[in-house]
Amino acid sequence: MQVRINGEQREIPDGLTVAALLGHLGVKAQRVAVEVNDSVVTKDRHGSHRIAAGDSIEIVAFVGGG
Amino acid sequence: MADTWSVGKHTFTSRLLVGTGKYRDFPTMKQALLASGAEVVTVAVRRLDLSKKGEASLLEWIPKQMTLLPNTAACFDAEEAIRTARLGRELGMGDLVKLEVIGDRRTLFPDVEGLVAAAKVLVKEGFVVLPYTNDDPVTARKLEDAGCAAIMPLGAPIGSGLGIRNPYNLRIILEAAKVPVLVDAGVGTASDAAVAMELGAVAVLMNTAIAEAREPVLMAEAMREAVAAGRKAFLAGRIPMKLHASASSPMTGLVGS
Repeated sequence: MQVRINGEQREIPDGLTVAALLGHLGVKAQRVAVEVNDSVVTKDRHGSHRIAAGDSIEIVAFVGGG
Repeated sequence: MADTWSVGKHTFTSRLLVGTGKYRDFPTMKQALLASGAEVVTVAVRRLDLSKKGEASLLEWIPKQMTLLPNTAACFDAEEAIRTARLGRELGMGDLVKLEVIGDRRTLFPDVEGLVAAAKVLVKEGFVVLPYTNDDPVTARKLEDAGCAAIMPLGAPIGSGLGIRNPYNLRIILEAAKVPVLVDAGVGTASDAAVAMELGAVAVLMNTAIAEAREPVLMAEAMREAVAAGRKAFLAGRIPMKLHASASSPMTGLVGS
């Protein structure tokens, strides 16, 4: 299915949870925060929140800043 | 008794807060962070680059004992800043946020209207809000009324190194505020940090002055000492400025008199 991840259109397998999506992308969950359609999906919900076609997903991490 | 300061439920001894941006590499940053003696370090929240898997993570280079202060840098409206603050909390598991709502790309001056609006929302959500603001006493009061845990007026534009451009406004903010006032941005060298502390700021936050110094680690050490010296001078109480001399040695009993 088509979703938008960090501003880019991508094809991902159907029915992934947030945890499965991070695994699919090879991202370590403890280092990132995930937002789906403008709402944070907290780590305790990564295993249960399912991604739907057309979702807009942001995956962020800390970087250097002042 | 130790000379500490508090914000929210956090109590700190160091009065120097430092950023993690603009360093030439992570090892230099880590050394500078340690040399600064800071207990609080600011970090930014950005999209993960999904094409660069396995890249060194910033967090691995921040000493574990340090408290993270996520910022909302480069957010140009309240809504963006609120979203970023929520993501920062999810990332850092802490309640602190350095709230920035920027109003102008060239000066990076705050959009104080958006700042107050965002502060109100985040305070309601349980954040300990430390807003980066202009050196305007009226805005400072509004931020305090909105429930901010501290006020962080700028000394000069971010990264400018111009020093404390309006000490009188800072004095007015300091005189009125019931929450801690930290000077955030504008410091160029050690004397600027000392001036901020001598005015009565509870702490100073800086990034560029250390990160872009020729020797960041040495500058971090200088800043640590300047902040400590400025704090002591503030507590000691400086003498008033006088136009004319006041002799330090007796004027009587001179030889041959």
